[in-house]
Amino acid sequence: MPTMTVTDAVSAALAEEMRRDPTVLLMGEGVATKRLPLVEEFGAPRVRNTPLAEGIIAGTAAGAAATGLRPVIDLLFAPFLTYAMDEIVNSAGKLRYISGGQFAFPMVVLAQTGAGWGVGAQHNHNNEAWFVHSPGLKVVMPSNPADAKGLLKAAIRDDNPVLFFTDIGLAYADGPVPDGDAVVPLGKAAVLREGADVTLVSYAKTVHGCVQAAARLAEAGIEAEVIDLRTLKPLDEDTILRSVRKTGRLVVVHEASRMCGVGAEIAALVAEKAFGSLRAPVVRLTGPDAPAPASYPLEQAFVPQAEAIESAARGLVEGR
Amino acid sequence: MTSDTLIQALERMVLIRAYEDTLVGLHGQGRAAGTCTSVGQEASAVGVVSALSSEDLILTNHRSAGHLLARGADPGRLMAEVMGKRDGYCKGKSGSLHIAAKEIGVVLTSTIVGGELALATGVALSRATLGGEGIVVCFFGDGAACEGRFHESLNLAALWNLPILYVCENNQWQAFVHRKETTLADSVVPQAAALGMDGKSVDGNDVEAVQAAAAEAVAAVRRTRKPFLLETRTYRLRGHFEPDDQSYVDPSELEQWRGRDPIAVLRARLERDGLLSMGEADAIEARARGIMESAVAFAEASPYPGAEDLTRDVYA
Ligand SMILES: Cc1ncc(C[n+]2csc(CCOP(=O)(O)OP(=O)(O)O)c2C)c(N)n1
Ligand SMILES: [Mg+2]
Repeated sequence: MPTMTVTDAVSAALAEEMRRDPTVLLMGEGVATKRLPLVEEFGAPRVRNTPLAEGIIAGTAAGAAATGLRPVIDLLFAPFLTYAMDEIVNSAGKLRYISGGQFAFPMVVLAQTGAGWGVGAQHNHNNEAWFVHSPGLKVVMPSNPADAKGLLKAAIRDDNPVLFFTDIGLAYADGPVPDGDAVVPLGKAAVLREGADVTLVSYAKTVHGCVQAAARLAEAGIEAEVIDLRTLKPLDEDTILRSVRKTGRLVVVHEASRMCGVGAEIAALVAEKAFGSLRAPVVRLTGPDAPAPASYPLEQAFVPQAEAIESAARGLVEGR
Repeated sequence: MTSDTLIQALERMVLIRAYEDTLVGLHGQGRAAGTCTSVGQEASAVGVVSALSSEDLILTNHRSAGHLLARGADPGRLMAEVMGKRDGYCKGKSGSLHIAAKEIGVVLTSTIVGGELALATGVALSRATLGGEGIVVCFFGDGAACEGRFHESLNLAALWNLPILYVCENNQWQAFVHRKETTLADSVVPQAAALGMDGKSVDGNDVEAVQAAAAEAVAAVRRTRKPFLLETRTYRLRGHFEPDDQSYVDPSELEQWRGRDPIAVLRARLERDGLLSMGEADAIEARARGIMESAVAFAEASPYPGAEDLTRDVYA
């Protein structure tokens, strides 16, 4: 299996989907500059640098999506999505419903976020839950290059607007990526490790903290099940509930802030549908209610780390 | 315009007026929700839409009845939509504020002021990419021109040669705020020029002038595949959203524009020139009232959507 970074996996998925479907096009500030091979293969009309104006980029994508194209737009960093909120949330997310189903919006919005580059709060804001909360949208956030490629392919083929967040901290991490048309379906979580004692649910970079924690827990005789959500909406409720019914213990981990984050939804889901299986309260490990700092030690402190995950899981199992 | 097309224009304008007056009446009786009427702006809608061909696509906003009816929308289905009924163009999910009717080429109506400006570029990009003769017409208000998206949209359309006819319906009002309170500019047209786009301002209460300017602009967009900005100077004779007592409106300004009511002006002209008798003109109005009676009956008889529709059409 070839090895590549998340960044290259995104390019590979774009190239394969543009080859497969002539209606797929890419737009954004610098996409034609930074992804020159795509321009060379598919031509300037399908790989378009845009003016510096996120709102009109997203609106153009929504208008084009509703009338026959499948645009992918790169809005660079997640905080910049605020300039495109109307087009994403009010137009792409609602105009299908409002119109009684007359339109569909097959479009993908790419944005990076998360700790790793010390870029501070106006470039790093894990705001994925905003979009999970908005009807009509789907939200994806992969943890590794293979999923980045396979999920992006699925997102491009999906007939709904998909927010596709990539984690800055994982952008240049290598990983194996299967050759060929390996589509990872939206809405399906991955069970990265099976275990009967405690369930660790996460997505994006904190998945790796969970995997590390699970390895250490195993040394202590505690078997943790690690679930990588991959897609935040639609949420793979079945995989979460099946696991919690087995283990009776749940730690949800994400970098985004706690209040009304995806972890809150998962805790509520488990309280509603698997309460009888719980042997301990659900624990959430999340970023604080604070903007993301630039300073390296603070940026790291923002993100739940393997030690904290291990200790939380141990606490649940040992009844502390 | 020939005398026949002028009479057709009058018929359409009268139909729009009758539709909106009927809805105002129904609202007063608690039989329909309030609406944003375009009373006084009928010449702008009819003049522009009559210059289009069937493959052209229209984007519009909250004040859309004129555009929809000029395009041939069925008044009964429009009323059903306003009443939230299943036979409305959007199955009752839109209400009056964002009625799209894809089957007649009215797409992606948005009531976020400026929303349609951001979507029009994408619709035009599809047209340019997938081929076809059609152009895109984007109606928006003078208030929308105060949004940043106005600049963003025109800039991108000019840069990418997108076939869009932008139509700014400058009705002097932005909800409850007069245009003079929001901008020093008398016209939006110079903003097009600043971005390398051609534009023109026209008397929006003279249907013949609007039609002529629109026909010329449409031909230019078709020929050059470049965007064009047309401003129609008109006036919102009723309030922003029914009910609205217009107590904030300068009475002398309102009187002045009432004297220029586009329907009265056209009717008087046709009668004066001997193109239409008073009896014929009255018959046009009576016909429109008859159409509205059937439309109301159709809309009121239409069922409400069922509970199962609450979560239908969220996702494709
Ligand atoms: C983004 C946004 N802000 C405010 C409103 C409330 N609103 C609806 S229509 C309107 C006035 C719009 O003025 P204009 O664009 O001139 O259109 P007109 O109503 O005069 O046709 C306002 C403020 C809205 N719908 N969307
Ligand atoms: Mg206005």
